[in-house]
Amino acid sequence: MAKTITQEFTKGLWAEIPPFRLVLGLCPILAVTKTVENGIGMGIAVTFVLLCSNVLVSALRKIIPSKVRIACFIIVIATFVTVVELMMQAYTYPLFLKLGIFIPLIVVNCIPLGRAEAFAYKNGMMASAADGLGLGIGYGLSLTALASLREVLGSGTFLGKAVFGDSFMPFTFMVEAPGAFVCLGLMLCVMNVLGKK
Amino acid sequence: MTQTDLIVSVSPHIRQTVTTEAIMWTVVASLMPPLILSVHIFGFQTLIITLVSVAACVATEAISQRLLGRPIRIRDGSAVITGLLLAYVIPPGAPFWMPITGAIMSIFVTKILMGGLGFNIFNPALIGRAFLVATYPVAMTTAWLIPIRDAAIFTHMGRNVDAISAATPLYVLKHEGMAALIDKFGPLKTIYRDFFIGLQPGCIGETSALLILMGGIYLIYKHYITWHIPVSVIASIALLTWIFGGDALFTGNPVLAILSGGVMLGAFFMATDYVTSPIQKNGKLIFGFGIGALTVLIRLKGGYPEGICYAILLMNPLTPTLDQWLKPKRFSEGAK
Repeated sequence: MAKTITQEFTKGLWAEIPPFRLVLGLCPILAVTKTVENGIGMGIAVTFVLLCSNVLVSALRKIIPSKVRIACFIIVIATFVTVVELMMQAYTYPLFLKLGIFIPLIVVNCIPLGRAEAFAYKNGMMASAADGLGLGIGYGLSLTALASLREVLGSGTFLGKAVFGDSFMPFTFMVEAPGAFVCLGLMLCVMNVLGKK
Repeated sequence: MTQTDLIVSVSPHIRQTVTTEAIMWTVVASLMPPLILSVHIFGFQTLIITLVSVAACVATEAISQRLLGRPIRIRDGSAVITGLLLAYVIPPGAPFWMPITGAIMSIFVTKILMGGLGFNIFNPALIGRAFLVATYPVAMTTAWLIPIRDAAIFTHMGRNVDAISAATPLYVLKHEGMAALIDKFGPLKTIYRDFFIGLQPGCIGETSALLILMGGIYLIYKHYITWHIPVSVIASIALLTWIFGGDALFTGNPVLAILSGGVMLGAFFMATDYVTSPIQKNGKLIFGFGIGALTVLIRLKGGYPEGICYAILLMNPLTPTLDQWLKPKRFSEGAK
């Protein structure tokens, strides 16, 4: 293993930041980034699931038979998604209502499954924890960045507070579905330009 | 015979002197009459909206080509046409800065990011309009003005649009019916005459069938566009409105359907965009019929009173498929 634990953590923040570099987990990033609050909530939920599932898959990697590993990964991930879902239902009910179906859908999100298959199944627990935490935080930051752009332009607010004067006419387009696609495309483009240098 | 006549060169041997620039600037010229009428009937602020739109489109093109390190090609006039067409589908009472955001969407996102002129999948001006309708739905669907007949071109300047706004004929027809239309715009004969000349509430450049026809026929005469798309669009809208547009079958009013809304402008100047329409003649006819059918469908069953903008945008991505599908067979290619 050439990479240190710190490197496994930091790669998720830039070099392999999920939605932009790996281009994974696009469905939630398009669907829940209408407001910054949603973005942050989703980011925390995904980070928790990713961290726990990575650690558990890594711990069980010697026991899981390789022929049925995908099914095992799904069960591990589904367990933690259920934990997150129940926790959110108990403590952040309004946010739970807003995120709706996208919380259970973390189960089929490509990131936890992809990391379990590509990383946790082959690496030790510490490295897997660092990897999961890094990618989860990277994903959360990307969601927040996109959500900030869309909320500020589309509703003229940030975390629910108005940022412009009354004369500002919000770009309603940005909070609608096509706005999400256009914003994501432009952000991918900027990331590629920055990555080239 | 001189020596130079005998030199063998590679094809093409016969070259047209017509350039992209010449075509584009002719189209710009043929788009001028509706603008003049618009200033005449809606007032001076339509000229300001149009100038802002054109300037924003040209500036966006220049800046984005510069930033991307591509050759700056604003002199080919395509950005000017996009700017004009974008302004022509904005209501005359809209705020003057509105086309700026639409222009960035039109030129930068729809055209430059797709690879520049010739590579855009969608008509840039119509994407600009669709973006504006989604972004400023109130201004884009209510800022209509009543045409002024006595040439007081500064009447509407600086006035609050709410106080003078008028419903478009298509809106009245969709929500209040034929009787209300006659009540508002006079007997049918007057309606036909006024609408044909352009005396109706509507977007800046779409009101006058007469002036758009003049520009369009000039372009056909110059062979810059062919008759296939405009004729098939207009004919299919007239036919389908006649069949399905009334209370019973075959009782719709086809004349009203093609004189109101953006049919003429869309058929002659938007659907015929070289980049986003098919090359083959039969492809053009299918393309035009598709636009007509979708327009009537949106008008009669959809949520918007006018549908030609979305109809053209929906048919645009079919262009490569139609071209591929209807590619002429060379010699005995494909024969059994």
